[in-house]
Amino acid sequence: MKKQKTAYLFLLPSLIGTTVFVLIPFADVIRRSFLKAVGNTFVGTANYREVLTNQAFGEAVWHTFRFLSICIPLLLVLSFGIALLLCQLKGARAFFQTLFLLPMAVPVASLVVFFKIIFHENGLLNELLNLLHMQGKDWMSTDTAFWILVFSYIWKNLGYDVVLWIAARSGIGKEQYEAAKVSGAGAKECFFYITMPQMKPGIVLIGVLSFVNAFRVFREAYLIAGDYPHESIYMLQHLFNNWFTRLDIQKMSAAAVMMAATVSILLCLLERWNEKQE
Amino acid sequence: MRRRKYLLVYAVLILAGFVMVLPVLMMACNSFMGPQELKEAYGAVLGEGRENLSARFLPVYPTLRPYVELLLDSPDFFVMFWNSVKQVFSILIGQTAVGTMAAWAFARYEFRGRKPLFIMYMILMIMPFQVTMVSSYLVLSKLALLDTHLALILPGIFSTFPVFIMEKFFRSIPKEVFEAAQVDGAGELASFLMIGIPLGSPGIVSALILNFLEYWNAMEAPMTFLKTKSKLPLSLYLPEITTDQMSASFVASVVMMIPAVLGFLWGREYLQKGIEASGLKE
Repeated sequence: MKKQKTAYLFLLPSLIGTTVFVLIPFADVIRRSFLKAVGNTFVGTANYREVLTNQAFGEAVWHTFRFLSICIPLLLVLSFGIALLLCQLKGARAFFQTLFLLPMAVPVASLVVFFKIIFHENGLLNELLNLLHMQGKDWMSTDTAFWILVFSYIWKNLGYDVVLWIAARSGIGKEQYEAAKVSGAGAKECFFYITMPQMKPGIVLIGVLSFVNAFRVFREAYLIAGDYPHESIYMLQHLFNNWFTRLDIQKMSAAAVMMAATVSILLCLLERWNEKQE
Repeated sequence: MRRRKYLLVYAVLILAGFVMVLPVLMMACNSFMGPQELKEAYGAVLGEGRENLSARFLPVYPTLRPYVELLLDSPDFFVMFWNSVKQVFSILIGQTAVGTMAAWAFARYEFRGRKPLFIMYMILMIMPFQVTMVSSYLVLSKLALLDTHLALILPGIFSTFPVFIMEKFFRSIPKEVFEAAQVDGAGELASFLMIGIPLGSPGIVSALILNFLEYWNAMEAPMTFLKTKSKLPLSLYLPEITTDQMSASFVASVVMMIPAVLGFLWGREYLQKGIEASGLKE
């Protein structure tokens, strides 16, 4: 009993802060999402319907979904590949890991100039294309902006995921591989019957963390392309930001509640799936 | 056969590694260009110049003048640099105080409501900024904190991410250590301060480094909760200067990068441990 009390005492400061700065305000947002902007009258699901029928919202959801469903699998596969390559090395592994992690430390803002130099209408990439007698373009204002963003996401997060994969792999005991080799299994069999199945639970967490980081590409998108970038990268983050400048609290509340619900449900489903795997 | 495979592995890794460091190297090298050379090299992109781009990796006439100019003649830059420092370190100090205690509670005690609370902390951890944007704005305006440094610092202190990381480290301290301490008569607080903190310090350091990189790079929150220009952190100031002062933009970018890269190099091992911990299962 006394232990329970001590535990809560330790937790208290954090819990108070979270309650004041997140939980109560969010409860208020849920309440507001059912109210009219002026006069606080109850309007039921009107705000939700307005958001859901809002054209910009639909497009932003689609672009966000498209971005996530392309860049997360791509990142997972690439980082897995690099992790496997790194596992083959002995001495140089730490060196390469440092190289791959470096982008994590580089502030987005300090790369704005770099991006401009490369992708500007008169930029480096077009210059190179000119040499090859190919037609360049203003990259950030066409739908290549999308792929530039995918690339910058992968550039920034590759190292993080590589470290996670290597950690997940090092959890697999060496005896298993040795035992498999004794019974005549080759590298391929080892990979498909030992490595892959045991990495499976790792995928969920690595995927979740990659998802968290995926929302941060807004920084790149915003710094390079501003409030209204090319539509292929106009995502939920931009929409929220633009609603915010107009102080459209009602719409934002309803959309925030829906987003929070989606993320929570997603996490719970993944947890459930993860527990079943064991 | 084996050797060829090794060569291939190295070739792929070196190529990929090169792509990783290229932007950093290029920014660093170009920051030593004088204004005249910069205009020649990048006028087509950054200024009004119509001449062709002649980008280069190494400056032909390297000079330290841009650095001297930035550090001596741009008071704006200093203000924003200190804003960043103030905001980031206040958050980190607060997180250490509040977060270690919370992580300790989750790691060492079986109390009622532990599981649902921890799941709630995890959900809060993965919520994108945009979800809590309105709610944070409303509460900060109610507390009259908008457009002050505290608008960033207070919510930052109660971020649940460091709690999640540090919990893993505290959990890995063997139980016997505490049992021994209790036999010697150490109370709960004493075992937290005398055993938990020292033995869990790698976890505290990893959480701090991960968060240092995160907040040094912060954009969404300052963009939303700050208005006055003189309170903005460096990350929001940089994009502004790029348009009017070419040479300052390279140098300022590099100066902003330096603390982050140094922190990264110094704490690389902790960073790695922290990332690994973030991937550990409950």
